[in-house]
Amino acid sequence: MRFAVSLLAIIAIASIIGTVLKQNEPYNNYLNQFGQFWFPLFEIFGLYSVYGSGWFLLLLAFLVISTSACLIRQTPGILREMRGFREHAQEISLRQFGLHIELDYRGTREALTPVLAAYLREHGYRFRSNLRSGATLFAAKSGSWHRTGYWLAHGAIVTICLGGLADGNLPLKLRLLLGDKVVTQGNQAISAIPESARLGPDNPSFRGNLFIPEGQSQSLAVLNVRDGILLQELPFAVSLKRFVIDHYATGAPKRFASEILLTDRATGQSFERVVEVNHPVTYRGITLYQASFDDGGTRLNLVVQPLGKMTDTPRGAADTLVGVVGESGRHGDYTIEFTGFRALNVEPLDSEPTQTKPLRERFAERFAGSGRNADQRRMANVGPSFSYKLRDTSGQAKEFNNYMFPVSIQGRWWLLTGVRENPNEPFRYLRLPLDADGRIDTFVAMRTRLLDPGQHRSIAQTFARRSLPSGTTSETVQTRLADTAQRTLQLFAEQGFDSVGRFIEANVPSAEREQAAEVFVKLLEGCAWQALIDAHAALGRPAPTTEADTAAFLRATLTAMSDSLHYPAPFWLQLSGYDEVKASVLQATRSPGMTPVFLGCALLTVGVLIMLYGRERRLFLLVQDGGKLLVAMSAHRKSLALAAEFREHSQGIARLANSGFDGSGPTRAADV
Amino acid sequence: MDIADTPINPDSRSRLASPGRWAYALVLAFGTIVTLVRYGEHMDGFELAILVGTTLTLAALGWHWLASAALTLVSGALALLAIDLYRGDLARAEQVFALKYLLASQSAIGWMSMLFLMATAAYWIGLLARSPFASAVGRGLTWAASALGTAGLLARWHESYLIAPDYGHIPISNLYEVFVLFCLITALLHLYYEGRYPSRNLGAFTLLVISAAVGFLMWYALERGAHEIQPLIPALQSYWMKIHVPANFVGYGAFALAAMVAVALLLAGRGVLAPRLPSVQVLDELMYRAIAIGFAFFTLATILGALWAAEAWGTYWQWDPKETWALIVWLNYAAWLHLRLTRGLRGSVLAWWALGGLLVTSFAFLGVNMFLSGLHSYGSL
Ligand code: HEM
Repeated sequence: MRFAVSLLAIIAIASIIGTVLKQNEPYNNYLNQFGQFWFPLFEIFGLYSVYGSGWFLLLLAFLVISTSACLIRQTPGILREMRGFREHAQEISLRQFGLHIELDYRGTREALTPVLAAYLREHGYRFRSNLRSGATLFAAKSGSWHRTGYWLAHGAIVTICLGGLADGNLPLKLRLLLGDKVVTQGNQAISAIPESARLGPDNPSFRGNLFIPEGQSQSLAVLNVRDGILLQELPFAVSLKRFVIDHYATGAPKRFASEILLTDRATGQSFERVVEVNHPVTYRGITLYQASFDDGGTRLNLVVQPLGKMTDTPRGAADTLVGVVGESGRHGDYTIEFTGFRALNVEPLDSEPTQTKPLRERFAERFAGSGRNADQRRMANVGPSFSYKLRDTSGQAKEFNNYMFPVSIQGRWWLLTGVRENPNEPFRYLRLPLDADGRIDTFVAMRTRLLDPGQHRSIAQTFARRSLPSGTTSETVQTRLADTAQRTLQLFAEQGFDSVGRFIEANVPSAEREQAAEVFVKLLEGCAWQALIDAHAALGRPAPTTEADTAAFLRATLTAMSDSLHYPAPFWLQLSGYDEVKASVLQATRSPGMTPVFLGCALLTVGVLIMLYGRERRLFLLVQDGGKLLVAMSAHRKSLALAAEFREHSQGIARLANSGFDGSGPTRAADV
Repeated sequence: MDIADTPINPDSRSRLASPGRWAYALVLAFGTIVTLVRYGEHMDGFELAILVGTTLTLAALGWHWLASAALTLVSGALALLAIDLYRGDLARAEQVFALKYLLASQSAIGWMSMLFLMATAAYWIGLLARSPFASAVGRGLTWAASALGTAGLLARWHESYLIAPDYGHIPISNLYEVFVLFCLITALLHLYYEGRYPSRNLGAFTLLVISAAVGFLMWYALERGAHEIQPLIPALQSYWMKIHVPANFVGYGAFALAAMVAVALLLAGRGVLAPRLPSVQVLDELMYRAIAIGFAFFTLATILGALWAAEAWGTYWQWDPKETWALIVWLNYAAWLHLRLTRGLRGSVLAWWALGGLLVTSFAFLGVNMFLSGLHSYGSL
């Protein structure tokens, strides 16, 4: 018994390990996390899959064995208890009961016994009477069937564990151990996967995933086993007609559903079904669940827009490109891996933090009225985005995430292109300003002028001529201005505002730096204005006007251009159109242990309820000649309610005995 | 203890003759029929079963514990009044006085929170100043808080449908909502045992854990805006939620209650406040009763969780951190029960164990959501 309690505690503690350490991750993650030394050690102890490890299963086996042993050991005693009445109990032992009382009765023993028998029957007690010399013993009991709760509850534990074992698929584990089946790597073509990693449809127990793009069909499930995979053949093929995502008005997903066609591979019959979250479909003993979804190879129409330093960028008209999610393409020296597409992105519209309000105001707002308050954050769909990895000739990859539609931030419209070097970082977004027509073209045209050293001279000269028209100043002043402007542009084209700032720090005394910075900004804005005029001319648009918005646009353009010089690629991909193909990930499960497990669960519930709330009671009435009546009570479970019941019975019986019962309470009740 | 203190169950025959009980059953039946007539066509078989099951449960509970019937009737009436005042327009929460300051869900939950805090204070005054009046006030405030909290949750249920029909769901779907549920269930368990056992002044302890939950609730709403009604993610759209979650919280509430009784037991065992607290035997029995009911419901809840998991995730058990911690909690109390029942252990060891059990339970309830990741991520902080 002590062993049982320790076992329960040990299993509880052992279970903690697997909740602290993420289980069944790719082994590479563990290697990165723990390093060369600990990784193999932890592997030996099975810490990456604790609940499937030998030692944990051994603990569970101990539980099953110990519980079964306990059942076997206790059963004879309990059976005896359930059958027997203990009608041979001796007076001496009755007097040792915690609950007993001696009453007086009037009349004869023969007169009292039928009355007592009736009392016991009325209160639901079954009894045997035992005649002795000078006394009759009523040995009564009620609810002794409640002892069955013990069998139910503990038998249930065994049933559940055995059911779980059946789903653990020991035969397969054995075949893997013997090398009859060998796990293989996931990243290879299905046709290349050898027979030793394939399981037939007769495999009794498995859980695997089917990845099915819309319009395609699949009859193989991928089982993740340790650090590799196995392929499970299904007796039917699943083709995905459509994958549906419904949304709430907030844009949050409301429903995921796969409209599938099941085709039995033996009979050739087909059935249309819908698999939904919380609504699985079962066929031929295999249940299909909506597990997740993915992109199934969306076609992306892309425009290659130059960005970054001019020196790295091919000049000329923008290129176009077609990409397919999940596949790769090329541009210049780069390999482009198209990694994802999302048709819908729901983001907070105004991310103004609500916490800034004073506490009292927040309280008044949040604890009054309905569960939907005025400060409910507004969310909106900002449209599609897609992601890709750019791999240069040295194999280095960077990840990009670009939105298709412009986003309004601080009163302007921008296109966003995000980049990160490391998958654990968030994307950093570069904002590219749109012109008054809502197009990126002006930015692109200005960029080729402002960042191209070959154009600097002509922009600077035009700018100088416009700022200081001939006749107002001498030629030399104008030339000096043009020279300064050109140098400023060159400086800017290197590292943007950074290089301008560094230049000022190196060459201007600190007292005058602010003033100098202003001059530089004025020069840059002047040149940018010139570039804007040229860009408009080149794009065949009317000359720009000097509205306040134009000034803001120029500043936004300069900032974006300065930032873009740190963009780690010479181009970005603008999404101009797409043809979405979704994929559904279904989970296929065959779980023969499910029935015993749930049967065990039912038994467990009933058993626990009976054990905890069953009322097994024994009442002994020893009627002795000479007007003495001994009442004693016991139960398998002691409780305060038992004492109360005893008190009730003593009073009731005393009344029948018509004795001088004084109600002062039973002896030794405090020991209960 | 004096045997005269022990509760004596009223004779069941006298209950059959009680007109109040029959009237209550009739009201429940009427309410259920109205619901069926009005909304029956939108319910599937499971929901019908849950509705009827709820009615039967409430009737049985009211039969056994008449005060619960009063609570059902009062909170039901308040919720119906709220629904009537709404007239299908959520904006009226800000316009109608009774809604804005009492009956709309957040108002009612705000009241519930305040009343629970006041009840805690009253119980403590009752304990320290030996004032039965203050304790009675504490009990009254706890009842009032429970009524408003229940009405608040019911109103919130209605409000979710007013935001948009497809938003509608029972308000036990996120951490904020289940915290309200936790407060209510713990309070009701406390009130039940207070009525059944000579458990004077125990409220000072049991209400502490409710106050802590109220504190969390307020912080969660004020700092995180968690009080907002959010639509259900697909994984939660299941009738299983309606039974799995409440069953779990009866378990959590009972374990929390047992731990608070354990605190009182440890104090009384050392003579601290002993004359003002129930006897050690009563405390010991109460602790056992609480753990027993908690264990029964927690067993049921875990099994319901497994049934749900089988339907939503494709396996009844996959060692997800929340599942695993539920198992740990369960094993812990199984061990507790074995120690008491098979080894006959009593008193302070079991009390410390029950207190430790609360830590384990809290971790399963909150810690998993805060520190570990897994499929139950919708409850994250
Ligand atoms: C997961 C494992 C187990 C669970 C959940 C469990 C559960 C329970 C429960 C709920 C009770 C009833 C306590 C009460 O009546 O208040 C109980 C009693 C008992 N258990 Fe277990 N048990 C487990 C394993 C074991 C094992 C391994 C043994 C023996 C080695 C054992 C032996 C007993 C015995 C002897 C009783 C007392 C039965 C009686 O007196 O009626 N249990 N158990």
